[in-house]
Amino acid sequence: MQAVVQEIVGQMGNEKAPLLQVLLAVQDASPRNYVSEEAVRAIARSMKVSRCRVYSTASFYTEISLKPRGRHLIRICGNAPCENAGRTAIMEAIQQELGIEAGETTADGLISLEKVSCLGSCYKSPAIKVDHQVYGNLTPEEAVAVIRSLREGGEQ
Amino acid sequence: MSMIDCQLVFNVENREYVDLDLYRSRGGYGALAKVLAADPRESVYVLKEAGLKGRGGASFPTGLKIEMVRSNQEQERYIIINADEGEPGTFKDRYIMTHLPFQLLEGVTIAAYLAGASRGILYVRHEYDEPRSVMRESIAQAKRAGLLGENILGSGFSLDIELFSGAGSYLCGEETALLSSIEGRKGRPQVKPPYPTQQGLWGKPTLINNVETLSNIPKIMEKGALWYRSLGTEDSPGTKLISLSGDIRFRGLVEVPFGASFRDIVYEYGGGPKPGRKVKAVNIGGASGVLIPEEMLDVPLEYGACARAGITIGSGAVFVLDDTRSILDNVSNRINFFLHESCGKCTPCREGLRQAQIIMEKLIAGQAVMKDVQNLERYTRVMQNASFCGLGQAAGNSVISSLHYYGEEYCSRCKDGEEDLYGEESA
Amino acid sequence: MAMVEITINKRTISVPENITIMEAAKLNGISLPSLCNHPDQKVKANCRVCAVEVEGVKNLVASCSTKIAEGMKITTNSPRVRETVRTIVELILADHPQECLTCIRSGECELRQLAFKLGMKEVQGVKNTKRLPLDFSTPSLVRDPNKCIKCGRCAEVCHHVQEVGILYSHNRGLDIGVTPEYGKELKDVACVLCGQCVLACPVGAIYEKDETDKVWEALGDPDKHVVVQVAPSVRVSIAEEFGRPSGSIATSKLVSALRLLGFDRVFDTDFAADLTIMEEGHELLQRLQTGGVLPMITSCSPGWIKYIEHFYPELLPHVSSCKSPQQMFGAMAKSYYAKISGIDPKDIYVVSVMPCTAKKYEAARPEMRDSGYRDVDAVLTTRELGRMFKHEGIDFNSLEDGEFDLPLGISTGAAAIFGATGGVMEAALRTVYEVVTGQTLEKLEFEGVRGMEGVKASSVDLGGTEVKVAVAHGLAHAKQIMEAIAAGEADYTFIEVMCCPGGCIGGGGQPYGTTNAVREKRIQGLYEVDQKSEFRKSHENPAIQKLYADYLQAPLGPVSHKLLHTTYTNRCQHELQ
Repeated sequence: MQAVVQEIVGQMGNEKAPLLQVLLAVQDASPRNYVSEEAVRAIARSMKVSRCRVYSTASFYTEISLKPRGRHLIRICGNAPCENAGRTAIMEAIQQELGIEAGETTADGLISLEKVSCLGSCYKSPAIKVDHQVYGNLTPEEAVAVIRSLREGGEQ
Repeated sequence: MSMIDCQLVFNVENREYVDLDLYRSRGGYGALAKVLAADPRESVYVLKEAGLKGRGGASFPTGLKIEMVRSNQEQERYIIINADEGEPGTFKDRYIMTHLPFQLLEGVTIAAYLAGASRGILYVRHEYDEPRSVMRESIAQAKRAGLLGENILGSGFSLDIELFSGAGSYLCGEETALLSSIEGRKGRPQVKPPYPTQQGLWGKPTLINNVETLSNIPKIMEKGALWYRSLGTEDSPGTKLISLSGDIRFRGLVEVPFGASFRDIVYEYGGGPKPGRKVKAVNIGGASGVLIPEEMLDVPLEYGACARAGITIGSGAVFVLDDTRSILDNVSNRINFFLHESCGKCTPCREGLRQAQIIMEKLIAGQAVMKDVQNLERYTRVMQNASFCGLGQAAGNSVISSLHYYGEEYCSRCKDGEEDLYGEESA
Repeated sequence: MAMVEITINKRTISVPENITIMEAAKLNGISLPSLCNHPDQKVKANCRVCAVEVEGVKNLVASCSTKIAEGMKITTNSPRVRETVRTIVELILADHPQECLTCIRSGECELRQLAFKLGMKEVQGVKNTKRLPLDFSTPSLVRDPNKCIKCGRCAEVCHHVQEVGILYSHNRGLDIGVTPEYGKELKDVACVLCGQCVLACPVGAIYEKDETDKVWEALGDPDKHVVVQVAPSVRVSIAEEFGRPSGSIATSKLVSALRLLGFDRVFDTDFAADLTIMEEGHELLQRLQTGGVLPMITSCSPGWIKYIEHFYPELLPHVSSCKSPQQMFGAMAKSYYAKISGIDPKDIYVVSVMPCTAKKYEAARPEMRDSGYRDVDAVLTTRELGRMFKHEGIDFNSLEDGEFDLPLGISTGAAAIFGATGGVMEAALRTVYEVVTGQTLEKLEFEGVRGMEGVKASSVDLGGTEVKVAVAHGLAHAKQIMEAIAAGEADYTFIEVMCCPGGCIGGGGQPYGTTNAVREKRIQGLYEVDQKSEFRKSHENPAIQKLYADYLQAPLGPVSHKLLHTTYTNRCQHELQ
């Protein structure tokens, strides 16, 4: 872990590295999409700041997870336009499909489901984001289809 | 081409991705060449004459802001492009970055030159993967073309722009919170003064502008202040990008010259409500904006007129609720949003929102009494009056405006709701 | 100083420019409320209870963070201000456990006082009933996250005054908590237990682990011979618990009050401080003569010791092996005193009264039982002792004067100044000078090591040899010196480090309201004690001379080595580098 972190921090400027970008990069490098306690320690050591500072910053931002997540992240937009457009039905359909609630990860560690404040895609509400891709104007059935294709892809 | 030849600033109806060649073939980067060859003071004067104001929400005069950074003794200065577009219902900066990246970059380069900044940071919200990758590629292209980096267009002026990704915090759109975030801390707002123009990033003078604001600059420099002023009104020159969403026929981005009414925006640009529906309420300015009834739609899109009507244009989100919608559900959604996004630093925002959420839930469950509504009003008033930053100050706007225009919806949900909300004094 | 004219509540006044509204109001007889503001800290503007109206500004402004300007019209007493301030306090109260009657902070809680001042009658908001577990993990401190009002004062002191960086605000919104990372317990992080956070906290969210019940029990046990020792700095702070001005010297009242509590003997840690000087002074000489590790660093301050064990374990050989005065006293009480009084050491119960929360931890260290028994059985902070006096209805200020018992109550002025930053250095220099030169020191005051400057460097002429010394107080300053030593840039011979700002008079166990201004007054009190002392050099203490003659034989001798010296532990599993 220290080596992975040291490389990221080194590429970003060592002690002058932007902590938030380091955290995101360390998270991206983690197969479970999170920043482990070991990683927090390693970042603190590499950047010569206190662990408390690293943890504090990490804990503030919702896009940084301090707990292991699935390999794929499904984010469901919870803003008013998406709620109006049927976000709740989409959420329920996906929860049923995956057998988990928002904030949880499937038992196989493949998928985590999250509710987020806003995806900035209100022109195609209701919107969800699967990893880096936004899907909009969805019906619950279409949302489930997106999840199924993800699962099939993930299991290959 | 001629039909749509740059009538406005963005011409978004094209829905067209303008690559570097296309952008240059239409005169792009001409403004930068002009500015690099001219006296910067004159260019700043043009911006001030044009009356360009910040489009992120605070509507601070852009020319003046540039001048404030420019006049600072400290030579190490920064420009930060605020692309942390987090206001629910807003997607204008997303569009600019994915469709008009070079218009933005040219605007950034001009502003940086005028402010005397040689390092720039483009702060893009985490959710915007596509805009981020388009911008990364566009920055690289601009560099290769000598339009960014060392010695831009042979002028001796250099500017480097780095991408910085947000990490899921609405509050980081607030400029001091954004600075904290870049500096590696929690995205909490800081005490002002000092303002970022005096002591910003790493304590150095910093120009922070919104994507839309900066993207206005090339056109202003190219066509002049008079042309720009001809687009809007005396009070508010130019145009505004409006993000339309909710219960209307056309959802998407439109560019509206200042002076058009919200009725025009909803009915002309947005095509009005869906068949058989009526407009019940319009939310202007996103989660932090107000809710207004249909009768108020004649207010023009104009900073002065909106301020007088109690409307904040904010980021330019227009979200329509038709007559099937519950006001309380909408308000509750927004309170939950703010509770999730509040940094928790100051008491009124953190604790006021906690109470507001509890009361909204009671109202929706039919468990509230009129006293709760009065408390809700008092808590939101105190949040507005005493919160540390704009988030808390604006978080209660939906409550206060909806209590004003849709008070009966609150009363009807109260167990003792036959009483009038404001007692006997109320009209 | 340039003045500006402003208006407060329709009254036009002239005030110095560049001050805040809160300061301007204070100069004009109005104390605006605040919970997050602290005189020694930077402005945070978190709590917002200091909100006032300024003409021409749409919202209210925080008076703590808003500077005045010429012609500013301020209103502090409008209905709008009143509603706002009262509502904010109501919001805090709704989130705060209503346990005031049994809260350790009850009488001195800033929130409770503010609620009382505002005449809060009712909390209409829905009360937060969620309860988080309390942290009882250390011998020194208890952290109650439920009572935290998120003002940030503890984090500020932990990060900027001590630079230990344990308490910090995490998460956001309602989940915000001022805790160690991952919400860990204090025992699992590099907390030095200095208790500066306790002094900074406006409420009862972090406080000393109360040992008064243990002491009551011992006092009530007929088989126990209970002796008490009082640290130097307690004599200039305890009277504050009874409304006396900061720095009031209350040694003799303190002795009488302790006797009223029922202690069998009332002794003085100052006796052991003199003993420390004898041992530490000779250790320094030995290091100088034998080429030992230099600079030598003092070891009296347990928070400091825990700090260096966590953060600079590689520098531990620099630290004097002397136990602190508290522990030397305990070791002597259960050996020498047991012998001369004919009491079985197993029946002797040693209570110490300390300005310090880390002393509770120190007394519980496994190293601290060289006599075969725990050197010190219970440690009370100044605050706890104040509570015991109050519990017994002792009218402290009107007590007859009393005197310490013999012989462990005899001490010098050199020992008294241990409680002030620079005091241990000064006391040591008084003795070392005379031992080295064989001459009488004419001027006893070493001004170069006195005062509130964070790092004080000075040099002393020891009979023709210049010796460079340094004094640091507050761990942020100690850290500067450690960095210099680690970099090989510190050419000092002897360094005094005190964990807390101002030294022990500013310790985490001192009365609430310990600010830097209060610290300076207490320091003056201690210098006055020294000035008025019959003996002012540790080696002249007749009880110490007799102790060596009858029992210890010589400094650094085998008995001393066994009872008065200790070892340290590398705790760098918490280390950051």
